[in-house]
Amino acid sequence: MRPLFGAALGLTLLAGLAGGGPVRAQDGPPCEVPAYLLTTDSTLSRVADAIRNARPLNVLVVGSRSSTIASSEASAYPAKLQEALKERLPSIPVNLSVEIQGGKTAEDTAGGLVKLVEAKNPTLVIWQTGTVDAMRSVDPDDFRGAVDEAVVALQKSGTDVVMVNLQYSPRTETMISARPYLDNMRVVAQQHDVPLFDRFAIMRHWNEAGDFDLFSNVHGTDMAKKVHACLGRALAKFVLDAARLAPAQQN
Amino acid sequence: MTSIADPIAGTPLGEAKASHAKTDAAAVSAPAITLPVTGERELRLDLFRGMALWLIFVDHLPTNILTWFTIRNYGFSDATEIFIFISGYTAAFVYGRAMLEAGFVVATARIMRRVWQIYVAHVFLFTIFLAEISYVATRFENPLYSEEMGIMDFLKQPDVTIIQALLLRFRPVNMDVLPLYIVLMLFLPLILWLMKWRADVALGLSVLLYALTWHFDWYLTAYPSGFWIFNPFCWQLLFVFGAWCALGGAARLSRLLESRITLWICAAYLVFAFFVTLTWHLPQLSFLMPKRLEQWMYPITKTDLDVLRFAHFLALAALTVRFLPRDWSGLKSRWLRPLILCGQHSLEIFCLGVFLAFAGHFVLAELSGGALLHALVSVLGILIMWGVAWVISWYKHSADKGASRAKAGVGNADMAGGSV
Repeated sequence: MRPLFGAALGLTLLAGLAGGGPVRAQDGPPCEVPAYLLTTDSTLSRVADAIRNARPLNVLVVGSRSSTIASSEASAYPAKLQEALKERLPSIPVNLSVEIQGGKTAEDTAGGLVKLVEAKNPTLVIWQTGTVDAMRSVDPDDFRGAVDEAVVALQKSGTDVVMVNLQYSPRTETMISARPYLDNMRVVAQQHDVPLFDRFAIMRHWNEAGDFDLFSNVHGTDMAKKVHACLGRALAKFVLDAARLAPAQQN
Repeated sequence: MTSIADPIAGTPLGEAKASHAKTDAAAVSAPAITLPVTGERELRLDLFRGMALWLIFVDHLPTNILTWFTIRNYGFSDATEIFIFISGYTAAFVYGRAMLEAGFVVATARIMRRVWQIYVAHVFLFTIFLAEISYVATRFENPLYSEEMGIMDFLKQPDVTIIQALLLRFRPVNMDVLPLYIVLMLFLPLILWLMKWRADVALGLSVLLYALTWHFDWYLTAYPSGFWIFNPFCWQLLFVFGAWCALGGAARLSRLLESRITLWICAAYLVFAFFVTLTWHLPQLSFLMPKRLEQWMYPITKTDLDVLRFAHFLALAALTVRFLPRDWSGLKSRWLRPLILCGQHSLEIFCLGVFLAFAGHFVLAELSGGALLHALVSVLGILIMWGVAWVISWYKHSADKGASRAKAGVGNADMAGGSV
């Protein structure tokens, strides 16, 4: 709950009021995301470079199991992100690979991140983390240390970074304490100028606005697919906004 | 007077009566510490402890309209600070008196009995939690949360989990206050003994421990990994400070509290905290926050009782004491009676609150209701807390009353009973 925007936010807000307003998905469920949840101070310069110079955009998504849907990976948010990026950037190839590291804490993942980057050479790494740490109640200071180190290493290896935080999960609220991990990811993002995609706040907004009843007992993957579709689209918008492209270049 | 800290602590009535009778003698012969001579119950303590209990309950439920009435939305500190401070205050008040009158050994024995009660309460809550979790684990299904449901994996090895729970190392979310309370109470004999010798030295040592903990990053580990959510090495500061205030410190602070400078510093700090908190809830405003200030200030840790939180509590307490005199007539009004009643039976009502929060989650999950149902569950929970507090005091003053004990002799300490 502590998004850190600077003066840019004021302008964005004004722009938001004057023009587009919140994003609405063209088809699929209504899942608007208020503009302030998709605004960031930080920029993705390498993504911007790639788009401006019409080079391929290589995205690597690293995450735990909440970055996929069991047995329908093609409906999970990474795949939806790729779809949306392709739609918005028809003139360049958008490649996306996903590394799901189930049950690994930030510290476990951090070690292998740079190797992954060397192997895949992405323009942008989207790192979803925090859930496993929260479930194991890893010391938040250790968690912050691990995320911090990993982000620095990623930046050094010459890639843009976007962080994705935990899911909003009301049903397990009495069992998983998300707050310290959300706060610490926020702090690291701010210190290293990394855009943070606030999945938690966005999903909570949907729950409160009535787009999804995330409390409910659902059998089958239908709802998961819808939520991921919305997340993927929102993430695509977030990434392109953070690349700070002039509107003309997005077509 | 035993009933101030331990409303139903099981202190036999005879004992309570005895200590009540000796009140004045003890106050006169106090060595390094002074106990208030008055036999009048400090209703402000009950009021604010009752309020803290309500707020803790509401904070443990999913966000709803009532959440906006909890103080954590308007500043750094929250109900936990109030609860721990008042617990320290009342515990020192009651057992400090016992230590002066009956000596170290007897006071320690009474404190240990209290520790045992809190421990049993904690284990009872854990049992309820296990029941809820097991139910959810077997019935709830949503592929969106398959990862988060992994939290139930501990059910697969109950042999380890339950033993760790009994050792206070495995604590589910929202069940961290009682273990903290147990540890603090375990050290209460030592704290009181030090205070009896030199109250200021005891407070000084407490501050030192707090500072050293911050410097060396001390903590207690938990199971399966991690640490205690409320670091006892840090939170002891509030508890000891409460004890120090109860044993004469508050009286010595009164000049400081009456000064206008204190008033303005507190007010300014509270306003500052309010605006900072506002930027968390309205991220649209956060561009107003200087980045350097944020980098210095965040994260404001609850685990280690951040200095900003402690200061926020102090400011709140200073203003409260200033603007709400102990003889304020409103304290006896029937509108505040439910709060006071809950505050007088804090252990039971605290446990009930944790249970109701579990139950509330459960109801909300099963009925998948909207905002109205959420608010309704909160209000209903508070009403239940009030009702049970009423029943407990009824038991105490009517059902359990021995024939030997005249109703008139109980005095003001028991005024809450039966008349709501």
